[in-house]
Amino acid sequence: MLKLLKSGFYTSVQDRGRFGYRDKGVPVSGAMDNQAFETANALLENDENDAVLEITMTGPTFEFEKNTFIVLTGASMSVTLNNSPVDNYKVLKIVPGDILSYGRLENGFRSYLAIKNGFKTEKVLGSRSQTKSITDSTYLRDRSTIRYEPCDTFVPKIPEIKINPYFDKEILEVAKGPEFEMLENRQLEKVFGSNFSVSKENNRMAYQLKETIAGHNRSMLTSATLPGTVQLTPAGKLIVLMKDGQTTGGYPRILQLTEDAISILAQKKLGDVISFRLIAP
Amino acid sequence: MKPYPLSIRPYGLRAVLVEWPSTVDEAILEDILCFYRYLKTKCLKDTGWEMIPAYNSLTLVQNYKLVDFKNFSAKLKKWYAEKSGTIPEQRYLWRLPVCYDLDFGIDLELASEKLRLSVPEIIEQHTAHVYRVYGIGFLPGFMYLGGLPESLEITRKETPRLKVAKGAVGLAGKQTGIYPQESPGGWNIIGNCPVSIFNAKEDHPCLVSVGDQIQFYSISRAEYDLHKIEGEVGIYKIEKLKIDA
Repeated sequence: MLKLLKSGFYTSVQDRGRFGYRDKGVPVSGAMDNQAFETANALLENDENDAVLEITMTGPTFEFEKNTFIVLTGASMSVTLNNSPVDNYKVLKIVPGDILSYGRLENGFRSYLAIKNGFKTEKVLGSRSQTKSITDSTYLRDRSTIRYEPCDTFVPKIPEIKINPYFDKEILEVAKGPEFEMLENRQLEKVFGSNFSVSKENNRMAYQLKETIAGHNRSMLTSATLPGTVQLTPAGKLIVLMKDGQTTGGYPRILQLTEDAISILAQKKLGDVISFRLIAP
Repeated sequence: MKPYPLSIRPYGLRAVLVEWPSTVDEAILEDILCFYRYLKTKCLKDTGWEMIPAYNSLTLVQNYKLVDFKNFSAKLKKWYAEKSGTIPEQRYLWRLPVCYDLDFGIDLELASEKLRLSVPEIIEQHTAHVYRVYGIGFLPGFMYLGGLPESLEITRKETPRLKVAKGAVGLAGKQTGIYPQESPGGWNIIGNCPVSIFNAKEDHPCLVSVGDQIQFYSISRAEYDLHKIEGEVGIYKIEKLKIDA
Protein backbone atom coordinates (compact mmCIF):
# COMPACT_ATOMS: atom_id res chain seq x y z
CA MET A 1 0.00 0.00 0.00
CA LEU A 2 0.91 3.60 -0.57
CA LYS A 3 -0.39 5.87 2.18
CA LEU A 4 -1.23 9.49 1.48
CA LEU A 5 -0.18 11.31 4.61
CA LYS A 6 -1.19 14.54 2.87
CA SER A 7 -2.98 14.64 -0.46
CA GLY A 8 -1.81 17.97 -1.91
CA PHE A 9 -3.87 20.32 -4.06
CA TYR A 10 -5.25 17.80 -6.55
CA THR A 11 -3.84 14.30 -6.89
CA SER A 12 -5.60 11.65 -8.95
CA VAL A 13 -5.01 8.19 -10.38
CA GLN A 14 -4.70 8.23 -14.18
CA ASP A 15 -3.91 5.76 -16.93
CA ARG A 16 -4.15 6.26 -20.71
CA GLY A 17 -7.85 6.89 -20.47
CA ARG A 18 -11.27 5.39 -20.88
CA PHE A 19 -12.00 4.51 -24.47
CA GLY A 20 -15.15 3.26 -26.12
CA TYR A 21 -17.85 5.17 -24.23
CA ARG A 22 -17.75 8.62 -25.82
CA ASP A 23 -21.02 7.92 -27.61
CA LYS A 24 -22.56 7.76 -24.11
CA GLY A 25 -21.02 11.04 -23.05
CA VAL A 26 -18.18 9.53 -21.00
CA PRO A 27 -15.03 11.69 -21.20
CA VAL A 28 -11.77 10.02 -22.18
CA SER A 29 -9.82 11.17 -19.09
CA GLY A 30 -6.29 9.83 -18.64
CA ALA A 31 -3.01 11.61 -17.92
CA MET A 32 -3.13 15.26 -19.02
CA ASP A 33 0.55 15.24 -20.00
CA ASN A 34 0.80 12.08 -22.05
CA GLN A 35 4.52 12.53 -22.71
CA ALA A 36 5.40 12.56 -19.01
CA PHE A 37 3.04 9.64 -18.41
CA GLU A 38 4.54 7.49 -21.18
CA THR A 39 8.12 8.22 -20.20
CA ALA A 40 7.45 7.33 -16.57
CA ASN A 41 5.99 3.93 -17.47
CA ALA A 42 8.71 3.33 -20.07
CA LEU A 43 11.55 3.83 -17.57
CA LEU A 44 9.93 1.30 -15.25
CA GLU A 45 9.37 -1.05 -18.22
CA ASN A 46 5.71 -1.08 -17.28
CA ASP A 47 2.71 -1.79 -19.46
CA GLU A 48 1.94 1.39 -21.40
CA ASN A 49 -1.47 1.63 -19.73
CA ASP A 50 -0.30 1.19 -16.11
CA ALA A 51 -1.86 3.69 -13.72
CA VAL A 52 0.18 6.52 -12.22
CA LEU A 53 -0.58 9.42 -9.88
CA GLU A 54 -1.04 12.83 -11.43
CA ILE A 55 -0.01 15.48 -8.92
CA THR A 56 -1.16 19.01 -9.62
CA MET A 57 0.54 22.19 -8.42
CA THR A 58 1.43 21.36 -4.86
CA GLY A 59 2.66 18.48 -3.01
CA PRO A 60 1.37 15.50 -1.29
CA THR A 61 3.37 13.37 1.14
CA PHE A 62 3.40 9.61 0.72
CA GLU A 63 4.55 6.70 2.80
CA PHE A 64 5.39 3.39 1.12
CA GLU A 65 4.69 0.11 2.91
CA LYS A 66 6.38 -2.35 0.54
CA ASN A 67 9.51 -2.61 -1.60
CA THR A 68 9.15 -1.20 -5.06
CA PHE A 69 10.64 1.13 -7.68
CA ILE A 70 9.26 4.48 -8.75
CA VAL A 71 9.86 7.22 -11.34
CA LEU A 72 8.86 10.88 -11.14
CA THR A 73 8.26 12.82 -14.36
CA GLY A 74 6.65 16.04 -15.55
CA ALA A 75 6.70 19.17 -13.38
CA SER A 76 9.53 19.67 -10.89
CA MET A 77 8.21 20.01 -7.34
CA SER A 78 11.34 19.88 -5.11
CA VAL A 79 10.69 16.30 -4.12
CA THR A 80 12.52 14.61 -1.27
CA LEU A 81 12.81 10.95 -0.35
CA ASN A 82 13.38 10.69 3.41
CA ASN A 83 14.42 14.34 3.36
CA SER A 84 17.06 13.95 0.60
CA PRO A 85 16.34 15.64 -2.74
CA VAL A 86 15.58 13.30 -5.66
CA ASP A 87 15.61 13.87 -9.42
CA ASN A 88 12.86 13.46 -11.95
CA TYR A 89 13.24 10.93 -14.79
CA LYS A 90 15.26 8.51 -12.67
CA VAL A 91 14.36 5.05 -11.35
CA LEU A 92 14.33 5.17 -7.52
CA LYS A 93 14.38 2.18 -5.20
CA ILE A 94 11.83 2.27 -2.40
CA VAL A 95 11.86 0.30 0.87
CA PRO A 96 9.10 0.03 3.50
CA GLY A 97 8.72 3.19 5.55
CA ASP A 98 10.15 5.52 2.89
CA ILE A 99 8.56 8.96 2.88
CA LEU A 100 8.23 10.82 -0.42
CA SER A 101 7.42 14.46 0.02
CA TYR A 102 6.58 17.07 -2.62
CA GLY A 103 7.59 20.67 -1.98
CA ARG A 104 7.56 23.91 -3.91
CA LEU A 105 6.56 23.96 -7.59
CA GLU A 106 9.66 24.85 -9.65
CA ASN A 107 8.41 24.51 -13.20
CA GLY A 108 5.49 22.97 -15.04
CA PHE A 109 2.18 22.25 -13.28
CA ARG A 110 1.59 18.49 -13.23
CA SER A 111 3.97 15.90 -11.90
CA TYR A 112 3.64 12.13 -12.34
CA LEU A 113 4.50 9.37 -9.90
CA ALA A 114 4.75 6.00 -11.60
CA ILE A 115 5.35 2.76 -9.72
CA LYS A 116 6.65 -0.62 -10.88
CA ASN A 117 3.67 -2.50 -12.43
CA GLY A 118 1.29 0.38 -11.82
CA PHE A 119 -1.20 1.31 -9.09
CA LYS A 120 -3.93 -1.31 -8.69
CA THR A 121 -7.09 0.66 -8.04
CA GLU A 122 -10.48 -0.55 -9.23
CA LYS A 123 -11.18 -0.26 -12.95
CA VAL A 124 -14.41 1.39 -14.04
CA LEU A 125 -15.39 0.95 -17.69
CA GLY A 126 -11.96 -0.43 -18.47
CA SER A 127 -9.91 2.35 -16.91
CA ARG A 128 -8.54 3.44 -13.54
CA SER A 129 -8.60 7.13 -14.44
CA GLN A 130 -10.51 9.09 -11.81
CA THR A 131 -13.13 11.46 -13.13
CA LYS A 132 -16.37 13.01 -11.94
CA SER A 133 -19.50 10.83 -11.98
CA ILE A 134 -17.68 7.78 -13.34
CA THR A 135 -15.36 6.77 -10.49
CA ASP A 136 -16.47 6.91 -6.85
CA SER A 137 -14.07 9.72 -6.08
CA THR A 138 -12.55 12.33 -8.35
CA TYR A 139 -9.25 12.77 -6.55
CA LEU A 140 -7.35 11.28 -3.62
CA ARG A 141 -8.02 12.46 -0.11
CA ASP A 142 -5.77 12.72 2.95
CA ARG A 143 -5.01 9.39 4.56
CA SER A 144 -6.32 7.34 1.67
CA THR A 145 -4.34 4.29 0.62
CA ILE A 146 -3.59 2.92 -2.83
CA ARG A 147 -2.63 -0.64 -3.58
CA TYR A 148 0.49 -1.68 -5.47
CA GLU A 149 2.22 -5.00 -5.89
CA PRO A 150 5.58 -5.18 -4.11
CA CYS A 151 8.70 -5.60 -6.25
CA ASP A 152 12.01 -6.57 -4.66
CA THR A 153 14.37 -6.57 -7.60
CA PHE A 154 14.41 -4.68 -10.85
CA VAL A 155 17.40 -3.78 -12.98
CA PRO A 156 16.24 -1.04 -15.33
CA LYS A 157 17.66 -0.99 -18.86
CA ILE A 158 17.77 2.80 -18.63
CA PRO A 159 18.11 3.97 -15.02
CA GLU A 160 17.88 7.68 -15.80
CA ILE A 161 17.33 10.06 -18.72
CA LYS A 162 17.78 13.75 -19.32
CA ILE A 163 14.88 15.37 -21.10
CA ASN A 164 14.46 18.75 -22.63
CA PRO A 165 11.79 20.39 -20.53
CA TYR A 166 9.29 20.55 -23.39
CA PHE A 167 6.83 22.25 -21.12
CA ASP A 168 8.89 25.43 -21.15
CA LYS A 169 7.78 25.72 -24.79
CA GLU A 170 5.15 28.33 -25.44
CA ILE A 171 4.15 27.36 -28.96
CA LEU A 172 1.29 24.91 -29.33
CA GLU A 173 1.08 23.10 -32.66
CA VAL A 174 -2.45 22.89 -33.96
CA ALA A 175 -4.33 21.50 -36.93
CA LYS A 176 -7.40 23.18 -38.41
CA GLY A 177 -10.58 22.34 -36.52
CA PRO A 178 -13.82 21.44 -38.32
CA GLU A 179 -15.13 25.05 -38.25
CA PHE A 180 -11.76 26.68 -38.99
CA GLU A 181 -13.02 28.08 -42.29
CA MET A 182 -15.49 30.37 -40.51
CA LEU A 183 -12.64 32.49 -39.17
CA GLU A 184 -12.31 35.91 -40.79
CA ASN A 185 -8.98 37.57 -41.46
CA ARG A 186 -9.09 39.73 -38.36
CA GLN A 187 -9.75 36.65 -36.24
CA LEU A 188 -6.99 34.64 -37.94
CA GLU A 189 -4.50 37.46 -37.38
CA LYS A 190 -5.31 37.48 -33.71
CA VAL A 191 -5.28 33.69 -33.30
CA PHE A 192 -1.91 33.18 -34.97
CA GLY A 193 -0.34 36.60 -34.47
CA SER A 194 -0.70 37.14 -30.74
CA ASN A 195 -0.04 35.53 -27.41
CA PHE A 196 -2.69 34.14 -25.11
CA SER A 197 -2.50 33.49 -21.40
CA VAL A 198 -4.08 30.83 -19.22
CA SER A 199 -7.03 32.17 -17.23
CA LYS A 200 -7.99 31.03 -13.75
CA GLU A 201 -10.59 28.75 -15.32
CA ASN A 202 -8.20 25.91 -15.98
CA ASN A 203 -8.60 22.31 -14.89
CA ARG A 204 -8.70 18.78 -16.22
CA MET A 205 -11.87 19.55 -18.20
CA ALA A 206 -10.76 22.68 -20.03
CA TYR A 207 -8.37 25.61 -20.18
CA GLN A 208 -10.03 28.92 -20.87
CA LEU A 209 -7.73 31.56 -22.33
CA LYS A 210 -7.80 35.09 -20.98
CA GLU A 211 -7.50 37.14 -24.17
CA THR A 212 -10.46 37.15 -26.53
CA ILE A 213 -10.75 37.50 -30.30
CA ALA A 214 -13.67 38.96 -32.26
CA GLY A 215 -16.85 37.02 -31.54
CA HIS A 216 -19.33 35.48 -33.96
CA ASN A 217 -22.97 34.51 -34.28
CA ARG A 218 -22.54 31.21 -36.03
CA SER A 219 -24.80 28.54 -34.63
CA MET A 220 -24.22 24.87 -35.25
CA LEU A 221 -25.75 21.57 -34.30
CA THR A 222 -24.12 19.83 -31.37
CA SER A 223 -21.32 17.57 -32.54
CA ALA A 224 -18.39 15.62 -31.08
CA THR A 225 -15.49 17.34 -29.35
CA LEU A 226 -12.09 15.88 -28.46
CA PRO A 227 -9.35 16.57 -25.94
CA GLY A 228 -7.35 19.39 -27.51
CA THR A 229 -10.29 20.92 -29.36
CA VAL A 230 -10.26 24.74 -29.25
CA GLN A 231 -13.81 26.10 -29.12
CA LEU A 232 -14.71 29.69 -29.93
CA THR A 233 -17.61 31.11 -27.93
CA PRO A 234 -19.95 33.76 -29.42
CA ALA A 235 -18.27 36.33 -27.15
CA GLY A 236 -14.85 35.48 -28.64
CA LYS A 237 -13.41 33.40 -25.80
CA LEU A 238 -11.16 30.47 -26.63
CA ILE A 239 -11.73 27.28 -24.64
CA VAL A 240 -9.29 24.41 -25.01
CA LEU A 241 -10.94 21.14 -24.00
CA MET A 242 -8.69 18.80 -22.04
CA LYS A 243 -8.80 15.13 -21.01
CA ASP A 244 -11.93 15.28 -18.82
CA GLY A 245 -13.63 17.53 -21.36
CA GLN A 246 -17.18 17.03 -22.56
CA THR A 247 -17.60 14.66 -25.52
CA THR A 248 -19.96 16.91 -27.48
CA GLY A 249 -20.43 20.63 -27.78
CA GLY A 250 -22.21 23.34 -29.70
CA TYR A 251 -19.46 25.94 -30.09
CA PRO A 252 -17.44 26.10 -33.31
CA ARG A 253 -14.28 23.98 -33.11
CA ILE A 254 -11.67 26.20 -34.72
CA LEU A 255 -8.42 24.41 -33.87
CA GLN A 256 -7.24 20.99 -32.77
CA LEU A 257 -4.10 20.64 -30.65
CA THR A 258 -1.70 17.81 -31.40
CA GLU A 259 -1.16 15.25 -28.61
CA ASP A 260 2.21 16.88 -27.81
CA ALA A 261 0.60 20.32 -27.64
CA ILE A 262 -1.93 18.97 -25.11
CA SER A 263 1.02 17.73 -23.02
CA ILE A 264 2.63 21.19 -23.16
CA LEU A 265 -0.59 22.98 -22.23
CA ALA A 266 -1.17 20.52 -19.36
CA GLN A 267 2.00 21.93 -17.80
CA LYS A 268 0.75 25.54 -17.94
CA LYS A 269 -0.87 27.38 -15.07
CA LEU A 270 -2.68 30.66 -14.47
CA GLY A 271 -0.93 33.50 -16.29
CA ASP A 272 1.39 31.34 -18.41
CA VAL A 273 1.68 32.47 -22.03
CA ILE A 274 1.05 30.36 -25.13
CA SER A 275 0.67 30.90 -28.85
CA PHE A 276 -0.66 28.76 -31.70
CA ARG A 277 1.17 27.56 -34.80
CA LEU A 278 -0.69 25.88 -37.61
CA ILE A 279 0.91 22.68 -38.88
CA ALA A 280 0.67 21.49 -42.46
CA PRO A 281 -2.35 19.25 -42.98
CA MET B 1 -32.96 5.50 -49.33
CA LYS B 2 -31.24 8.11 -51.48
CA PRO B 3 -27.65 8.72 -50.39
CA TYR B 4 -26.92 12.14 -48.90
CA PRO B 5 -24.07 14.34 -50.08
CA LEU B 6 -21.51 13.77 -47.31
CA SER B 7 -18.76 16.07 -46.20
CA ILE B 8 -15.71 14.13 -44.96
CA ARG B 9 -12.99 16.18 -43.29
CA PRO B 10 -10.01 15.59 -41.02
CA TYR B 11 -10.52 16.61 -37.40
CA GLY B 12 -6.97 16.95 -36.12
CA LEU B 13 -4.52 14.13 -36.76
CA ARG B 14 -6.49 11.31 -35.19
CA ALA B 15 -10.11 11.89 -36.07
CA VAL B 16 -12.37 12.23 -39.09
CA LEU B 17 -15.64 14.13 -39.16
CA VAL B 18 -18.41 12.97 -41.47
CA GLU B 19 -21.25 15.46 -41.86
CA TRP B 20 -24.72 15.24 -43.36
CA PRO B 21 -26.77 18.32 -44.33
CA SER B 22 -27.08 20.60 -41.33
CA THR B 23 -30.70 20.12 -40.23
CA VAL B 24 -32.47 18.29 -37.43
CA ASP B 25 -34.16 15.55 -39.40
CA GLU B 26 -35.17 12.01 -38.43
CA ALA B 27 -34.29 10.67 -41.90
CA ILE B 28 -30.77 12.04 -41.62
CA LEU B 29 -30.35 10.55 -38.15
CA GLU B 30 -31.58 7.23 -39.54
CA ASP B 31 -29.00 7.33 -42.34
CA ILE B 32 -26.22 8.20 -39.86
CA LEU B 33 -27.19 5.28 -37.64
CA CYS B 34 -27.26 2.85 -40.58
CA PHE B 35 -23.77 3.95 -41.59
CA TYR B 36 -22.63 3.78 -37.96
CA ARG B 37 -23.86 0.20 -37.67
CA TYR B 38 -22.34 -0.82 -40.99
CA LEU B 39 -18.95 0.60 -39.99
CA LYS B 40 -19.12 -0.91 -36.52
CA THR B 41 -20.07 -4.42 -37.58
CA LYS B 42 -18.49 -4.75 -41.01
CA CYS B 43 -15.60 -2.33 -41.53
CA LEU B 44 -14.06 -1.08 -38.30
CA LYS B 45 -14.49 -3.92 -35.84
CA ASP B 46 -11.64 -4.08 -33.29
CA THR B 47 -9.55 -1.49 -35.07
CA GLY B 48 -9.26 1.10 -32.30
CA TRP B 49 -11.84 3.36 -33.94
CA GLU B 50 -14.47 4.95 -31.74
CA MET B 51 -17.54 6.62 -33.26
CA ILE B 52 -19.73 9.41 -31.93
CA PRO B 53 -23.03 10.08 -33.71
CA ALA B 54 -24.89 13.36 -33.07
CA TYR B 55 -27.63 15.20 -35.02
CA ASN B 56 -26.03 15.50 -38.48
CA SER B 57 -22.56 14.11 -37.86
CA LEU B 58 -20.57 11.00 -37.20
CA THR B 59 -17.12 11.56 -35.71
CA LEU B 60 -14.60 8.75 -35.99
CA VAL B 61 -11.69 8.85 -33.55
CA GLN B 62 -8.62 6.68 -33.80
CA ASN B 63 -7.44 6.06 -30.25
CA TYR B 64 -4.10 4.47 -30.97
CA LYS B 65 -2.47 5.97 -34.05
CA LEU B 66 -2.36 8.82 -36.51
CA VAL B 67 -4.76 8.67 -39.44
CA ASP B 68 -3.88 8.59 -43.13
CA PHE B 69 -6.76 10.85 -44.04
CA LYS B 70 -6.64 10.57 -47.83
CA ASN B 71 -6.68 6.82 -47.79
CA PHE B 72 -9.25 6.54 -45.02
CA SER B 73 -11.70 9.06 -46.47
CA ALA B 74 -11.68 7.17 -49.77
CA LYS B 75 -12.57 4.01 -47.86
CA LEU B 76 -15.36 5.81 -46.02
CA LYS B 77 -16.88 6.92 -49.31
CA LYS B 78 -16.76 3.39 -50.61
CA TRP B 79 -18.30 2.00 -47.41
CA TYR B 80 -21.06 4.60 -47.46
CA ALA B 81 -21.98 3.53 -50.99
CA GLU B 82 -21.95 -0.13 -49.95
CA LYS B 83 -24.02 0.24 -46.82
CA SER B 84 -27.45 0.46 -48.49
CA GLY B 85 -29.82 -2.12 -47.06
CA THR B 86 -28.23 -2.01 -43.61
CA ILE B 87 -30.81 -1.41 -40.94
CA PRO B 88 -29.99 0.37 -37.69
CA GLU B 89 -29.82 -1.55 -34.43
CA GLN B 90 -33.09 -2.31 -32.64
CA ARG B 91 -34.39 0.90 -31.15
CA TYR B 92 -36.45 1.36 -28.03
CA LEU B 93 -38.97 3.78 -26.60
CA TRP B 94 -38.05 4.37 -22.96
CA ARG B 95 -40.79 5.52 -20.60
CA LEU B 96 -39.34 7.64 -17.82
CA PRO B 97 -41.26 8.67 -14.67
CA VAL B 98 -41.17 12.36 -13.75
CA CYS B 99 -42.53 13.99 -10.62
CA TYR B 100 -43.76 17.47 -11.56
CA ASP B 101 -44.31 18.41 -7.91
CA LEU B 102 -43.49 22.09 -7.28
CA ASP B 103 -40.73 21.00 -4.88
CA PHE B 104 -38.88 19.65 -7.91
CA GLY B 105 -40.37 21.80 -10.65
CA ILE B 106 -38.86 24.95 -9.24
CA ASP B 107 -39.44 26.90 -12.46
CA LEU B 108 -42.89 25.46 -13.24
CA GLU B 109 -44.81 28.51 -12.05
CA LEU B 110 -42.52 30.90 -13.93
CA ALA B 111 -42.77 28.71 -17.03
CA SER B 112 -46.54 28.68 -16.69
CA GLU B 113 -46.55 32.48 -16.73
CA LYS B 114 -44.15 32.77 -19.68
CA LEU B 115 -45.77 30.05 -21.79
CA ARG B 116 -49.33 31.15 -20.94
CA LEU B 117 -50.21 27.59 -20.04
CA SER B 118 -51.43 26.27 -16.72
CA VAL B 119 -49.13 23.91 -14.81
CA PRO B 120 -51.36 20.89 -15.61
CA GLU B 121 -51.29 21.90 -19.30
CA ILE B 122 -47.49 22.02 -19.30
CA ILE B 123 -47.36 18.55 -17.72
CA GLU B 124 -49.98 17.25 -20.14
CA GLN B 125 -48.05 18.50 -23.19
CA HIS B 126 -44.62 17.49 -21.89
CA THR B 127 -45.80 13.91 -21.31
CA ALA B 128 -47.91 13.64 -24.49
CA HIS B 129 -44.97 13.96 -26.87
CA VAL B 130 -42.37 11.39 -27.80
CA TYR B 131 -38.83 12.69 -28.08
CA ARG B 132 -36.00 11.40 -30.26
CA VAL B 133 -32.48 11.07 -28.86
CA TYR B 134 -30.26 13.00 -31.32
CA GLY B 135 -27.10 12.73 -29.30
CA ILE B 136 -25.62 11.80 -25.94
CA GLY B 137 -22.91 14.02 -24.53
CA PHE B 138 -22.08 17.13 -22.50
CA LEU B 139 -22.25 14.95 -19.36
CA PRO B 140 -22.22 11.13 -19.14
CA GLY B 141 -25.73 9.98 -20.07
CA PHE B 142 -27.05 13.44 -20.99
CA MET B 143 -29.52 13.06 -23.88
CA TYR B 144 -30.11 15.72 -26.50
CA LEU B 145 -33.83 15.28 -27.17
CA GLY B 146 -35.62 16.57 -30.25
CA GLY B 147 -39.33 16.92 -30.86
CA LEU B 148 -40.40 19.41 -28.20
CA PRO B 149 -43.73 21.05 -29.17
CA GLU B 150 -43.40 24.75 -29.99
CA SER B 151 -45.87 25.57 -27.21
CA LEU B 152 -43.21 24.51 -24.66
CA GLU B 153 -40.33 26.50 -26.13
CA ILE B 154 -38.98 28.80 -23.48
CA THR B 155 -35.70 30.74 -23.33
CA ARG B 156 -32.95 29.61 -21.04
CA LYS B 157 -32.65 31.35 -17.67
CA GLU B 158 -30.65 34.55 -17.88
CA THR B 159 -28.44 33.55 -14.99
CA PRO B 160 -27.61 29.87 -14.85
CA ARG B 161 -27.96 28.15 -11.47
CA LEU B 162 -24.72 27.00 -9.88
CA LYS B 163 -26.40 23.76 -8.84
CA VAL B 164 -29.14 21.87 -10.63
CA ALA B 165 -30.19 18.63 -8.94
CA LYS B 166 -29.43 15.21 -10.38
CA GLY B 167 -32.49 14.01 -12.29
CA ALA B 168 -33.82 17.54 -12.88
CA VAL B 169 -36.00 17.73 -15.99
CA GLY B 170 -35.66 20.98 -17.88
CA LEU B 171 -36.83 23.05 -20.81
CA ALA B 172 -34.57 25.33 -22.87
CA GLY B 173 -35.33 26.59 -26.36
CA LYS B 174 -36.18 23.67 -28.61
CA GLN B 175 -34.78 21.19 -26.11
CA THR B 176 -35.91 19.19 -23.14
CA GLY B 177 -33.84 16.79 -21.10
CA ILE B 178 -32.65 15.38 -17.82
CA TYR B 179 -29.55 16.41 -15.88
CA PRO B 180 -27.84 13.05 -15.23
CA GLN B 181 -25.85 14.45 -12.33
CA GLU B 182 -25.78 17.55 -10.18
CA SER B 183 -24.25 20.32 -12.25
CA PRO B 184 -24.52 24.01 -13.04
CA GLY B 185 -27.19 24.76 -15.62
CA GLY B 186 -29.45 27.34 -17.19
CA TRP B 187 -32.50 25.29 -18.10
CA ASN B 188 -35.98 25.90 -16.67
CA ILE B 189 -36.57 23.04 -14.24
CA ILE B 190 -40.07 21.56 -14.35
CA GLY B 191 -39.67 18.23 -12.56
CA ASN B 192 -37.38 15.42 -11.51
CA CYS B 193 -36.87 11.89 -12.75
CA PRO B 194 -36.05 9.53 -9.85
CA VAL B 195 -34.33 6.85 -11.93
CA SER B 196 -31.11 7.02 -13.88
CA ILE B 197 -30.43 5.80 -17.40
CA PHE B 198 -26.69 5.96 -16.70
CA ASN B 199 -24.70 3.84 -14.28
CA ALA B 200 -20.92 3.70 -14.63
CA LYS B 201 -20.83 0.44 -12.64
CA GLU B 202 -22.58 -1.47 -15.44
CA ASP B 203 -20.72 -2.92 -18.43
CA HIS B 204 -23.20 -1.12 -20.63
CA PRO B 205 -23.35 2.07 -18.59
CA CYS B 206 -26.05 3.83 -20.57
CA LEU B 207 -29.40 2.16 -21.30
CA VAL B 208 -30.32 4.61 -24.03
CA SER B 209 -28.62 4.91 -27.44
CA VAL B 210 -28.73 7.67 -30.02
CA GLY B 211 -31.83 7.05 -32.17
CA ASP B 212 -33.96 5.76 -29.28
CA GLN B 213 -37.09 7.56 -28.13
CA ILE B 214 -38.10 8.94 -24.74
CA GLN B 215 -41.53 9.55 -23.30
CA PHE B 216 -42.14 11.00 -19.86
CA TYR B 217 -45.08 10.13 -17.61
CA SER B 218 -46.24 11.96 -14.53
CA ILE B 219 -45.93 10.37 -11.09
CA SER B 220 -46.92 11.47 -7.59
CA ARG B 221 -44.52 12.42 -4.84
CA ALA B 222 -45.09 9.07 -3.10
CA GLU B 223 -44.31 7.16 -6.29
CA TYR B 224 -41.24 9.31 -6.74
CA ASP B 225 -39.91 8.37 -3.31
CA LEU B 226 -40.58 4.70 -3.98
CA HIS B 227 -38.92 4.68 -7.42
CA LYS B 228 -35.97 6.60 -6.05
CA ILE B 229 -35.30 3.88 -3.49
CA GLU B 230 -35.96 1.12 -6.04
CA GLY B 231 -33.50 2.80 -8.38
CA GLU B 232 -30.84 3.11 -5.70
CA VAL B 233 -31.00 -0.54 -4.73
CA GLY B 234 -31.15 -1.57 -8.36
CA ILE B 235 -34.59 -3.16 -8.59
CA TYR B 236 -36.38 -0.49 -10.63
CA LYS B 237 -36.77 -1.61 -14.21
CA ILE B 238 -37.29 1.22 -16.67
CA GLU B 239 -40.10 0.39 -19.06
CA LYS B 240 -39.02 -0.03 -22.67
CA LEU B 241 -40.91 -0.83 -25.83
CA LYS B 242 -39.42 -2.05 -29.10
CA ILE B 243 -39.78 0.44 -31.93
CA ASP B 244 -40.50 -1.14 -35.29
CA ALA B 245 -38.04 -0.05 -37.96
